[in-house]
Amino acid sequence: MTGSPLIEVEDLRIDLNDGSRKVPAVESVSFRIDRGETFGLVGESGCGKSITALALIGLLRPPLSIGGGVIRFEGREIQHLSAAKQRALRGNRIAMIFQEPMTALNPVSPVGRQIAEMFVLHKGKSWREANQLAVDALASVRVPAPERRVKDYPHQLSGGMRQRVMIAIALACGPDLLIADEPTTALDVTVQAEIIELMRNLCAERRTAILMISHDLGLVANVCRRVAVMYAGRIVEERGSADIFRSPSHPYTQGLVASLPRLGSRAALGRTRLKEIAGVVPAIASFPDGCRFNPRCAQATDICRTTAPGTDLLGAGGLVRCHHHA
Amino acid sequence: MKLRANLVIGGALFALAILVGLLAPWLAHTDPIMDANLMNAEEAPSWTWWFGTDGQGRDIYSRVVYGARVSLTVGIVSQLINSVIGVALGLSAGYWGGWWDDVVNALTNLMLAIPSLIFALAIMAVLGPGLTSLLIALGLTNWSFTCRIARASALSLRSQGYVQAATVLGYGDMRIMITQLLPNMLGPIVVIGTLGMGSAVLSEAALSFLGLGVRPPFPSWGSMLSEARDQITTAPWLSVFPGLAIFLTVLGLNLLGDGLRDILDPQSRSRRT
Repeated sequence: MTGSPLIEVEDLRIDLNDGSRKVPAVESVSFRIDRGETFGLVGESGCGKSITALALIGLLRPPLSIGGGVIRFEGREIQHLSAAKQRALRGNRIAMIFQEPMTALNPVSPVGRQIAEMFVLHKGKSWREANQLAVDALASVRVPAPERRVKDYPHQLSGGMRQRVMIAIALACGPDLLIADEPTTALDVTVQAEIIELMRNLCAERRTAILMISHDLGLVANVCRRVAVMYAGRIVEERGSADIFRSPSHPYTQGLVASLPRLGSRAALGRTRLKEIAGVVPAIASFPDGCRFNPRCAQATDICRTTAPGTDLLGAGGLVRCHHHA
Repeated sequence: MKLRANLVIGGALFALAILVGLLAPWLAHTDPIMDANLMNAEEAPSWTWWFGTDGQGRDIYSRVVYGARVSLTVGIVSQLINSVIGVALGLSAGYWGGWWDDVVNALTNLMLAIPSLIFALAIMAVLGPGLTSLLIALGLTNWSFTCRIARASALSLRSQGYVQAATVLGYGDMRIMITQLLPNMLGPIVVIGTLGMGSAVLSEAALSFLGLGVRPPFPSWGSMLSEARDQITTAPWLSVFPGLAIFLTVLGLNLLGDGLRDILDPQSRSRRT
């Protein structure tokens, strides 16, 4: 390990204020990402992975707020920084790309201008310089004929091209951390692979760490060195990505891995049913006592229904939050 | 893209009015104020006096031509003031929300509750007649529609992906409002602005008719109508020609506004792309 981590989250709690009371939507979330590392956060919709990312960049808006815990960026606590200081971090040191490349670009502004704006905003460049840098940025995300493409409007570009532009914008200022929230969900599978490859290469060249957020365990494990699985606002397991497939420890992770279709498996050939996890994710206001997975868990016993499990260390830096882990 | 009839006719009428105003010194036959000659008072339209002459023998054609300057200045400048006020208030209210939104809403409702011409009259009464006070009075009283539109657009635009993306990329509020929200709401604002210019031209005519606008002997279409009202049976050309000028300009602006709405409408825009 390289000494102090780039970003460190300790015991983060995010409250949802539903008018009368505060309900924790995310609780006891801790993880760290080193410089240049790739880290994945996996979970179903509503498990709290996206709001955890928003908390990192200081963009939680009511009814959500940080209820406790510490977020350190390069050893400095950032959750209490002034709005202006947080803004100076966003886009500059911590950048983010989104699920929907269709809507994340301003439709009335040429894409080159939108890239150039980042240099003007964060690096104090003149528009003339910024426009030149925008051409280079487009070239770096392998957009053909970038000097002509900078004048194009978003609607003239395909989905894959738009996501390339988004990556160019996000990486324009050479951030230390790139948060990718479901970056390829809206794209074709073939384009998806290209974009992931591009993102990975560019970040590796610049030693930019990636925090990748997705519901797709297979995709995340492919890209990231370490993966954390979230369930109902808590991290239930954190492992190296090879380990998580080989020997998932938490029953929820085991369920996730078993529910992935594999080419050539009996399930994919239609001979057996694909495994599923019974039940649904509980709503934030009605999280069960004890382990939050217990109503859906086949191995649940009495202790699971009353006591929330602590984190147990596994080999090779893995963590699991289960009373019965393998 | 197919050119629409209302856009072409409206644009042509408005362009004609502006051209007449700009080229007034060359188009006019006589000086609109000084060339009074009682020898040819109240002449009917003829080859010499295209639009006839008034009671002091001044050429109506020349006065209508110079009157275009006043009417269009008032129409364009006062509507620009309205648009700037309306967009600034509506955009910030829609984007920030909260108490500021409540304040702006209350102000807008207040403006909508009082008929704008009455409000303009009150301001004119305080400032006194004249072109500058006319611009101020009309510029401060007709921003409520623009404000409503800007606020509604800002409300819907602020949840758009690219606005949120801009926040995440570290844009400040001002930069978001100017680079992300404003360009995306410009279509309806321009349409409202064009239509507003038409009604500002009418308001100028109304206020000048009431004697609160441009002072005689300087010609404006409204004041010409006002002066002509006693002779409407004996010398109808005195009121017909300035009236026709107002009518054609307002018609042109309304057609132009309609035509612009047709091409700037987001639905018709998405149909084109």
